[in-house]
Amino acid sequence: MRLDILTALNAERSARRAALVVTDVASGEQRLVKGGDIAGDPLKDLLEKRLRSGKSGMEETPQGRVFLTVHVPATRLLITGAVHISQVLAPIAALLGYDVTIVDPRTAFASIERFPDVKVIAEWPDAALPPLGIDRYTAFVALTHDPKIDDPALLHALARGCFYIGALGSKKTHARRVERLKAQGLTDAAVARIHAPIGIDIGAVSPAEIAVAIMAQVTARLRQSAEGNT
Amino acid sequence: MLARDDDILKAAEDWKKKGRGVALATVVETWGSAPRPVGSNLVIDEEGNFLGSVSGGCVEGAVVTEAIDVIESGQPKMLEFGVADETAWKVGLSCGGTIRVFVEKVE
Repeated sequence: MRLDILTALNAERSARRAALVVTDVASGEQRLVKGGDIAGDPLKDLLEKRLRSGKSGMEETPQGRVFLTVHVPATRLLITGAVHISQVLAPIAALLGYDVTIVDPRTAFASIERFPDVKVIAEWPDAALPPLGIDRYTAFVALTHDPKIDDPALLHALARGCFYIGALGSKKTHARRVERLKAQGLTDAAVARIHAPIGIDIGAVSPAEIAVAIMAQVTARLRQSAEGNT
Repeated sequence: MLARDDDILKAAEDWKKKGRGVALATVVETWGSAPRPVGSNLVIDEEGNFLGSVSGGCVEGAVVTEAIDVIESGQPKMLEFGVADETAWKVGLSCGGTIRVFVEKVE
């Protein structure tokens, strides 16, 4: 690998941007394709498929065999609400490979004892979220039921293009949420990106079951949707 | 070696920039159950120092030796290893796979 390619690749990685390295197996020749440049690449379809799956591998192309090395940022899960569901959601998400962050300004909830091994930020979303660099490789779930906490975080997650956005609450609760968010200027299309009621329908009752339903939906979004960002 | 992939590629860059001879080994294909997924990296310098992994420790020694050749010659190599062996089965590992590793010089 040429040092300039390696340096450029590391720069993309540290900025949490996707990139692929295309290696011609026969000649050893290589090039770097940044995530944003895929649309104009001759191998566009292959690169998109690989990026979506996140898996590196060999491909046959008209120009011969190539090895595609996929570099996607680690997925993250951002949760508002250091609540009972979060206590089981955080370890399940960690097992699935997510870096988990919980934001809850209510310090009684956000105690470290209740969340060993999880990054808990006891601040309001307006202060906590901007420094986190929320992006399209982040899933966001709003679990507090409190509009003062969930609404600003939802606005932030939508603005940053999180690949999954979900909010806890009944259809009625969500209808009121939609009204509030629209009053803040959100479009129908933006509001439609919020999964609510949250999670796939498996009849979940307990906090752990709800957590499973949520992570199943997050996984489906990550692996099944085009570009992983719709 | 539990170094994250980020660290491995960053190390490759840093080592090279410090003037060391560096090779990068990448798992490019696996058959059967292999210990490390396609895309896993091992970075090696000309003195045989290494970081990362391409298997569960089974073939790293051989890859390092080959990598030192690659650093000298500048010619990339494709290596193939069968991971299955008696000892592995005896201790209950079922890694009966084969892996192919691409070794290239960083230049």
